[in-house]
Amino acid sequence: MSTTNPPLPEFDIDPRAFRHLADAQVGVELDTGDMILNLGPQHPATHGTLRLVVRLDGERVVSADPVIGYMHRGYEKLVEFRTYPQITTLINRIDWLSSFANEVPFIDAAEQLMGIEAPPRAQYIRTVLTELSRISTFVLFLGEMGLQVGALTPAFYGFRDREHVLNLIEAATGGRFHPNFNRIGGLKVDLPWGWVNDTRTAMKTIFDACDTFEDLLVGNEIFEARTRSIGIIPPELGAAYGVSGSNLRASGVDWDLRRDGKPYLAYPDLDFKVWTHPDGDSFARYWVRLQETREAARMVLQLLDGMPAGPIMAKVPRIIKVPEGEAWVETENPLGQMGYYVISKGATGPFRVKIRSASFSNVSILPWLLRGVFVPDVITILASLYFILGDIDR
Amino acid sequence: MIALDIGWGTTLAIKTVMILAIVPLTALVLGYVFLLKMMSHMQSRLGPMDPGGFHGWFQLVGDGIKFIQKEDITPGQADKRVFALAPAIVVISTFLVFLVIPAGPDIIVKDLNVGVFYALAVSSLSVIGVLMAGWASANKFSLLGALRAAAQLIAYELPLLLAVVGVVIQAGTMSLQGIVAFQSTGSIFGFDGIGFPLILTQFIGFALFLVASQAELTQTPFDMPVAESELVAGYMVEYTGFRFLFFFIGEFGTAFAFAAIAATLYLGGWALPASWGISMGVMRFLGPLVLFAKVMGVAFLMFWVRFTYPRLREDQLQALAWKFLIPIGLVNILLTGVFKVAI
Repeated sequence: MSTTNPPLPEFDIDPRAFRHLADAQVGVELDTGDMILNLGPQHPATHGTLRLVVRLDGERVVSADPVIGYMHRGYEKLVEFRTYPQITTLINRIDWLSSFANEVPFIDAAEQLMGIEAPPRAQYIRTVLTELSRISTFVLFLGEMGLQVGALTPAFYGFRDREHVLNLIEAATGGRFHPNFNRIGGLKVDLPWGWVNDTRTAMKTIFDACDTFEDLLVGNEIFEARTRSIGIIPPELGAAYGVSGSNLRASGVDWDLRRDGKPYLAYPDLDFKVWTHPDGDSFARYWVRLQETREAARMVLQLLDGMPAGPIMAKVPRIIKVPEGEAWVETENPLGQMGYYVISKGATGPFRVKIRSASFSNVSILPWLLRGVFVPDVITILASLYFILGDIDR
Repeated sequence: MIALDIGWGTTLAIKTVMILAIVPLTALVLGYVFLLKMMSHMQSRLGPMDPGGFHGWFQLVGDGIKFIQKEDITPGQADKRVFALAPAIVVISTFLVFLVIPAGPDIIVKDLNVGVFYALAVSSLSVIGVLMAGWASANKFSLLGALRAAAQLIAYELPLLLAVVGVVIQAGTMSLQGIVAFQSTGSIFGFDGIGFPLILTQFIGFALFLVASQAELTQTPFDMPVAESELVAGYMVEYTGFRFLFFFIGEFGTAFAFAAIAATLYLGGWALPASWGISMGVMRFLGPLVLFAKVMGVAFLMFWVRFTYPRLREDQLQALAWKFLIPIGLVNILLTGVFKVAI
C-alpha cells in the first residue's frame, strides 16, 4: 500500500462536506432511536386540549404533529338550528377569552343582510368593549408567557390586572366571560352610570401593568435568551399558512383589518398606530402584543372622549327574519383575523355559517415551525403563538 | 451540650433525634416563610394568606394533611423497589449534609477536618435519588427531567467547589468550625471590631456559590429538571402523597443546608466577633439564633431570585457553567492565592 493519501475524488464536492465527516461517523455509531413524546392533550402548556405528537432525538424535535379536535363542539352545525339572536350565545364560546369580539363580526353580517345599521353610540360602545376584550386577552398573555418560560410571578400579575378589565365588562354587560350583549341593530342596554370614569381609571392601571411586564420580562437577559431568534416565522411563509393578527405583524407584515379591511365599527374615526416588529421570533410576538395592549388602552380613552349620545338600538322587527343572501365579514380579533360567512335562505336562522377562526390557521404552521428546536423551545413557541383551544376546534 | 455527665450512647441518641427532627423542621420553616408567605406577598396571591385567619398560618398544616391523606400510587410499569427507594435517598443526602454544620461551639454532630469537602460531596448524592426516581417512574417526562438533573448537577458541582476553595485557602482549614473560628478571631488590618467575615474578600466566591447552589437545588432560573410548564413536574411527576412530601422536604432541607454552609463559609457562621467578648457559655444558646438569622438572610436571596427570574434552557445552562462560572472560579482561586502569598 502506498503511504500517500488517496487522491480526492474527481467529481465536484463541496469541501465543507468533509469537515463534518468524522462527526457524522460518531453520530451513526451513537445513534439512538427516536422517542415519541405526547405533549398533551393533558399538558399544562397547551392551554387546554391541544395534542402535539413530538418525535424527539434527545431533546431535539425531529418532527411535531398537532392533533386537534378534542374540543370540537360543532358550532357551525349547531347554529343552523338556532335563530339569529340565539346564536350569539354559542359563538361567544369560540374564543372564550375575548368573547365580545367574537360576537361582532356575526352580528355585523346579519345586520348587513337585513340592511340595518346600528346607531353611532352602539357602534362606539361595541368598539370600546372589543378593545377591552383585546386588553383582557393580551394582559393575560403577557403574564402567561412568563409562566411558560418559567417565571411564575408575571402570571399572577396578569390574572390580577386582567380583573380590572373583566370587572368593567361585567359592569357593562352582566357577564364576565360571556357577555352575550350584542343585539341585531344595537345593544341590550346602555352603559351604567359612572362606567366611563371607571374605565378611565382602569386604563391607567393597564398602562402601569404594561410597564410592569416590560420591566419584569422584556429587559430580562434570560427571557431574551429564551425567546430571541426562537421560532422565526418568515413573513411570506406566515401569510401562506394563513397566520394572522399579532403573529403576522411580529413578522413585519403591516396588515391590520381595523385599518386595512372593510371599515367596521368606529375604527375609521380612530387615530391609532399598527405596531410591527421585523424579527418574527417569539420575542417579537411578545413585544408586538405588549405595544398593542397599550395602543388598545389609548384607543379606549379616545373612544370615551368621542362617545356620541343617542339611542343604542335601531328599529328592528319583533321577529327577526333575515332576507335571502350571503355575507362575509372579517374583523381583527385579539388572536387574529376572524370571519363569518353567513348564507341566509330567508328563515329565522341561517342556512349555513362558515367560521374562520384565527387560532386554527395560526397553529397550522406548527409542524414547520417546531422542526429542529429543543423541547423547552416548543413551549415558548406555543406560548408566543397564543392560541385558544376553543378557537382552534370550534 | 449542657455540661451533664452522659454516656456516648445517650449523646449519640440525642444527636440522631435532633438531626432527624431538624431536617423536616428547617424544610417546614423555609416552606412556610418563603414558599407561602414571601411568595404570596410578591405575587399577590390570596389563597395562602387566608386559611386560619391570621396571615394564613394554617396553610402549611392544611398542606400537610392533604399530602398525608393522598393515595399512594405506584405506576404499573414502574420498577417498584427503585421507585420506593428514590425519595429516601434524596432525603438521606440532606441528613448527611447537616452532620457537619456547626450551630454553636459544641453544637455539631461531628467536626470533620474535611468538613466542607464532605458536605459538598454528600449533597451531590441526591442526584442518584433523582436519577432513580426518573428512571423507575417509567415515564418519558420524568426520564427527561432526571437526565437534565444529572447533567446539571455534574456541571454545577465544579463551580461550587471552586468557589469554596478560595475560602479554604484563606482560612487554611477545611473544618467548618475552623473556618468559623478564623472569621471570628480575624481582624481587618488590625481592626477586629467585626472579626473578619470572608465575604469581604471572597465576594466573587460568594456570588459563585449562590449561583451554583441555585443550580444544585434545581431552583429557578435553573429548575429545568422540574420545569412545570415543560415536563409537568419532571422526575417527581409520578410521585404522590407522602413520597412527594419526601422530595419536598429534601428540596427545602437542602436549601436550608446550602444557606447554612454559605452563612458559615462567608458570613461567620454561628459566631459573633471574638473581640465582643461574649463567653462561650452564652454562645451555646446565642449561636443557633445567630446562625438562623444569617441563614434566613441568605435563603431570602435564593428565594427572591427563584420567584423573579424565568428559566434558562438546558444548553444555555451548560454554557453558563463551563464558559463563565468555572473560569471565574479559577481566576478567583488565582487571585486568592496571590494575595495570600503577598500579604
